[in-house]
Amino acid sequence: MLHIVACIKQVPDTKVAKINPKTNTIDRASAPAILNPYDAHAVEEAVRLKKRYGGVVSVLTMGPPPAVKAIRKCIELGADEGYMISDRAFAGADTLATSYALAKALEQIAKQRPIDLIICGKMTIDGDTGQVGPGIARRLDIPPLTGVNKVVEINKEKGYAIVHRKLEDGYEVVKSTLPCLFTVEKEINDISFAPLPNMIKAARYYPTIWTANDLENVDRKQLGLKGSPTIVSKIWTPPKPKGGEMLEGTTEEKVEQLLSIVLEKKELFQS
Amino acid sequence: MNLADYQGIWVYIEVKDGKVAPVSLELLGAGRKLADKRGTELGGVLIGSGIKELAPTLFAYGADVVYVYDDPIFAHYRTEPYMRALLHCCQKYKPEVLLYGATPTGKDLASAIATDLPTGLTADTTILDIEEDTGLLLASRPAFGGNIMATILCKKYRPQMATVRPKVMKALPPDPTRTGRIVEERIELREEEMRTKVLEVVRQTVKKARIDEADIVVAGGKGMGSKEGFQLIHELADVLGAAVGASRDVVEAGWIDHHHQVGQTGVTVTPKIYFAIGISGAIQHIVGMQNSELIIAINKDPNAPIFQSCHYGIVGDALEIVPLLIKRFKEEIPKLKASADAKEEIRHA
Ligand SMILES: Cc1cc2nc3c(=O)[nH]c(=O)nc-3n(C[C@H](O)[C@H](O)[C@H](O)COP(=O)(O)OP(=O)(O)OC[C@H]3O[C@@H](n4cnc5c(N)ncnc54)[C@H](O)[C@@H]3O)c2cc1C
Ligand SMILES: Nc1ncnc2c1ncn2[C@@H]1O[C@H](COP(=O)(O)O)[C@@H](O)[C@H]1O
Repeated sequence: MLHIVACIKQVPDTKVAKINPKTNTIDRASAPAILNPYDAHAVEEAVRLKKRYGGVVSVLTMGPPPAVKAIRKCIELGADEGYMISDRAFAGADTLATSYALAKALEQIAKQRPIDLIICGKMTIDGDTGQVGPGIARRLDIPPLTGVNKVVEINKEKGYAIVHRKLEDGYEVVKSTLPCLFTVEKEINDISFAPLPNMIKAARYYPTIWTANDLENVDRKQLGLKGSPTIVSKIWTPPKPKGGEMLEGTTEEKVEQLLSIVLEKKELFQS
Repeated sequence: MNLADYQGIWVYIEVKDGKVAPVSLELLGAGRKLADKRGTELGGVLIGSGIKELAPTLFAYGADVVYVYDDPIFAHYRTEPYMRALLHCCQKYKPEVLLYGATPTGKDLASAIATDLPTGLTADTTILDIEEDTGLLLASRPAFGGNIMATILCKKYRPQMATVRPKVMKALPPDPTRTGRIVEERIELREEEMRTKVLEVVRQTVKKARIDEADIVVAGGKGMGSKEGFQLIHELADVLGAAVGASRDVVEAGWIDHHHQVGQTGVTVTPKIYFAIGISGAIQHIVGMQNSELIIAINKDPNAPIFQSCHYGIVGDALEIVPLLIKRFKEEIPKLKASADAKEEIRHA
């Protein structure tokens, strides 16, 4: 029986989000909140491992109350339990403060049911750093395995996992002790269709919700904005480059002009 | 923490197949500027097995001092031993700034170090500057959703750390006469205590030219309309002997795989010619191709932001223009080749 916890985040769908031209910030009202696409693959992999080896899949998120929706989405994908930490004290956290709070929540979950494996997404589409996963692993002092694109074997009895880690030009096969933490690539799996019973369960699901006070041994100085070494000092629009020369004329004329511009670099075509 | 105790600009030197990774040389170039502005030393931290002889290369590219951890335990990159070495080095010599390539290895290591020290870490920086008097690092990166940049600071912690994408910064021309100090360090690490082992490394050679090494990149966006429409990008690339690039939206639509994605969360490219066809030109795309020598944009929307970042632009329907380009290049390129061959013959005659 494995206990796998996937860390997931609700994010604004940056593909449709609009930028408020006055403040240069993302206009959240314009952006529907979705489960971070990379985290869907983390949950999917956890559910697949559960089917392969038996066990329980929990998901954990830190976020404002509406993030319950993202947890429900994970229940649809086949997760068994959902945990959420939600508190103003967590607000404004950078990756260091985020990994601290999530590590505290994971310790709390582990007290109820020891954790064998934690799976994170490769990155979030709003924060976009990929730093939180390895940060959690360091805080819990377990090995971080980043860029996992295949799980070869999990052996709980003997206490090891074997995975493929993606490299720039191939992959490496790595063996690690358990527990450990994976961050997974998109190509690790295709998201399965949610079966109807899961959808029904999800619709009525309420996760366990903890505030900062519910977490044990928390150093408040390390939470949220206070616990974040990095600050965004300014947000700016880069000066617009002058722009290029526009080719004019009929389509054929434009094509011919382009042809001569490109073919001027003769050396590229002569080898 | 006494901030004044922290001095020097450092670069974590990534080693691949016994060579210094290009991104590390680029970072030495960027680091040199910061160090000169701040009036301080530029250091490189070199961790690996049998890597000491790489130090002169680092001096040639701008380093003043190289810290070396050379031990068989570092034969393959693994978070745990590398992290121990780099933490040791940071705690002993206290750099003000530490930069890493935003490669799989650099990101992995930087995230671990940031947590253990602890300190702030800015991901995927594209612009670096430093305040001369305070040493405050100004790390800027594109921020979510649109054409905006965010400048990120780490005021109260040292070192200030950032990862930087390959090909964003420029390496200095190497000066083989430059020299520097080598500081050899050791830490006690025992293989039996390591929790991860690399069992095998599998190299997959991509059959097409690697997009970040190609002289010409033909990139297509959602404007190609469909996976079938995107075939035109492949055809044009074939005719030109180019590599195929894509916007993220194309990758997400499943028209092509992620290796081809150009931009902030894809590859950075600097080819001699870059075609952006049916690509709107969002900042996350631009940062991945803006240093190309010649940028050509084709888009049917005259107000598409891509036209701000290109050298030549054509307003029009790509589905009409690209087939014409394919046809004309097919006619003209063989002529160029023939004339080159003819010249070659004259020289040999
Ligand atoms: C955190 C984050 C990271 C990101 N990373 C990346 C990244 O690495 N790389 C990247 O590319 N994007 C990235 N993006 C996405 C980026 O913001 C844009 O959404 C994306 O680049 C848009 O892709 P596109 O230009 O193909 O599509 P669109 O924005 O939909 O643009 C399509 C363009 O095609 C034109 N067009 C339509 N029909 C035709 C036609 N027949 N002929 C000619 N032109 C036509 C349209 O005028 C339009 O300009 C990222 C976004 C976020 C939030
Ligand atoms: N607020 C959060 N709650 C739960 N998990 C998170 C949160 N933020 C980040 N993560 C996890 O960390 C990964 C990397 O996030 P990031 O460092 O923001 O790119 C995500 O894919 C999630 O698995």
